Amino acid sequence: MTMTPEASTKAAAADLSGGGVGAALSGATRQAERSRGQGIAATLLPPLAMGALIIGGWYFVTYVLLEPQRRFLLSAPHEVLQVGFLDWGNFSEILSGLWSSTRVAMIGLAISIALGFVLATIMSQAKVFERALFPYMVIVQAVPILAIVPLISFWWGTGQTSRIVVCIIISLFPIIVNTLFGLQSAEKGMHDLFTLHQASRVTRLRKLMFPAGMPAIFAGLRISAGLSVIGAIVGDFFFGKGDVGIGQLLRKYANQLQGEELLAAVIMSSALGVGVFLLFGWIQNVAIGRWHDSEGVTA
Amino acid sequence: MDRKLGSGEGKRECAEGFLVNDISSNAATSTSLAFNGIAMTFPDGTHTLQDISFQVDRGDFITIVGPSGCGKSTLLKIAAGLLDPTEGHVDVDRDRLGYVFQDATLLHWRTVMGNVELLAELHDIPKAERRRLAQDAINLVGLGGFEKHYPKSLSGGMKMRASLARTLTLKPPVFLFDEPFGAVDEITREHLNEETQQLFQREGFAGLFITHSISEAVFMSTKVLVMSNRPGRIVAEFDVPFDYPRNPALRFDPAFAKLSGEVSEALRGGH
Repeated sequence: MTMTPEASTKAAAADLSGGGVGAALSGATRQAERSRGQGIAATLLPPLAMGALIIGGWYFVTYVLLEPQRRFLLSAPHEVLQVGFLDWGNFSEILSGLWSSTRVAMIGLAISIALGFVLATIMSQAKVFERALFPYMVIVQAVPILAIVPLISFWWGTGQTSRIVVCIIISLFPIIVNTLFGLQSAEKGMHDLFTLHQASRVTRLRKLMFPAGMPAIFAGLRISAGLSVIGAIVGDFFFGKGDVGIGQLLRKYANQLQGEELLAAVIMSSALGVGVFLLFGWIQNVAIGRWHDSEGVTA
Repeated sequence: MDRKLGSGEGKRECAEGFLVNDISSNAATSTSLAFNGIAMTFPDGTHTLQDISFQVDRGDFITIVGPSGCGKSTLLKIAAGLLDPTEGHVDVDRDRLGYVFQDATLLHWRTVMGNVELLAELHDIPKAERRRLAQDAINLVGLGGFEKHYPKSLSGGMKMRASLARTLTLKPPVFLFDEPFGAVDEITREHLNEETQQLFQREGFAGLFITHSISEAVFMSTKVLVMSNRPGRIVAEFDVPFDYPRNPALRFDPAFAKLSGEVSEALRGGH
């Protein structure tokens, strides 16, 4: 609504600059301008309004619901901004923790991808392998991560390796399932074509099954990338030793009642998850956007 | 690198330049494809084909019409070696078989050019050569200018043309068509019929075409075979006397109508 007057002044400006080019043309320009303005308003307004509502609610909780001596439980947004983000000492600590966790997550994800591709490829080659392997993957996937964290630290200690193992366990399954589904998604007729022309298994994998599976593979990657970030943070939080990641910071801030830093760290962790998700969406778009109508990829 | 991987494991006898030197040698044997006493019963007990024997010679364009589910497509799959018959055997050189599927079966991730090049690629034909073969085939089916388009931006008829072009690159002496124009609209279908008939004339392959459209069958072929309901048998055979090239006006010719009527009657009798 607030956009409308602005849009119409812009349109008027366009009219003026258009001069004598012709009423029809500038009319069309105005139409396009206005609908574009309305389009932006329609996409941006709802989330902005919601954001304002959330911040309003946040202030309400801090200043109205909480008595002054309990206000440390939820510091006001501007305090979080000041202490957590604008104080360089605090923010750089959060950033370096975030970077450490990002590294762990990416190493774990890379290993997951390699392992997942190999396992899915093996399973795609014969039903026997799929039947033999699949139940165990479901079992590994079904174990609550918290239940095996002690086991992991028992075997690999509490350092970087254990954190990476957590990332792998948590992110492997979606890659396997989606890659396998993707590899099996090529149409029967395409397989017949490759059979007719005596394509080898390797050729079939390279030229038919993997390309046909790319959309599903990317869907799996996006899910796993997010999970791997969670794994890195959870691992760091539980093991609590070695290179300081965001998980250890979260625990430290919580223990020391540093509410502002804690909230800033939570927000930054979430931003990392979102960033990773968008990054893989973008990679997907670049890789297969030309031929595949990927839905939901706006980045 | 491409070709190494392609041929490494398969190690089949799909010789490098077969289309360059083998085509002439085929002229010696006039029979390109022969079905000898084919019968087919699927593992689930469906008795699909019974006692099918006929041959397709060079210069033949034979069309099989039959009710749906009579086993027409099964017969083509047997010819191509995608299925093994329960009885009988097929004589054909499988390395040199062209097969046009019911669907265009284009690879979505490849452009028209990439798709048309695929078969030559699978047969390890060098890059420059396969590019040339593909370009010729694309021009032949009238898709020039669409080389860089992806399948998602093509109409049904254009996809089918690309699929035809893909098969043409290998210049197969035997062409199997599995109801390829069933999914396109009537007008496009008639165009494609005319073009296929021109290709047949120009390329001189032996053609076996499956359809349930009588007018399509009579318009293109030298001979029409009528297949009965399951288990499919050949119940009637019609020679089509019209000269090539056949032009669209043929469809309104009384002789065309008369022959179509006879085929239709035979088809109904087979029900």
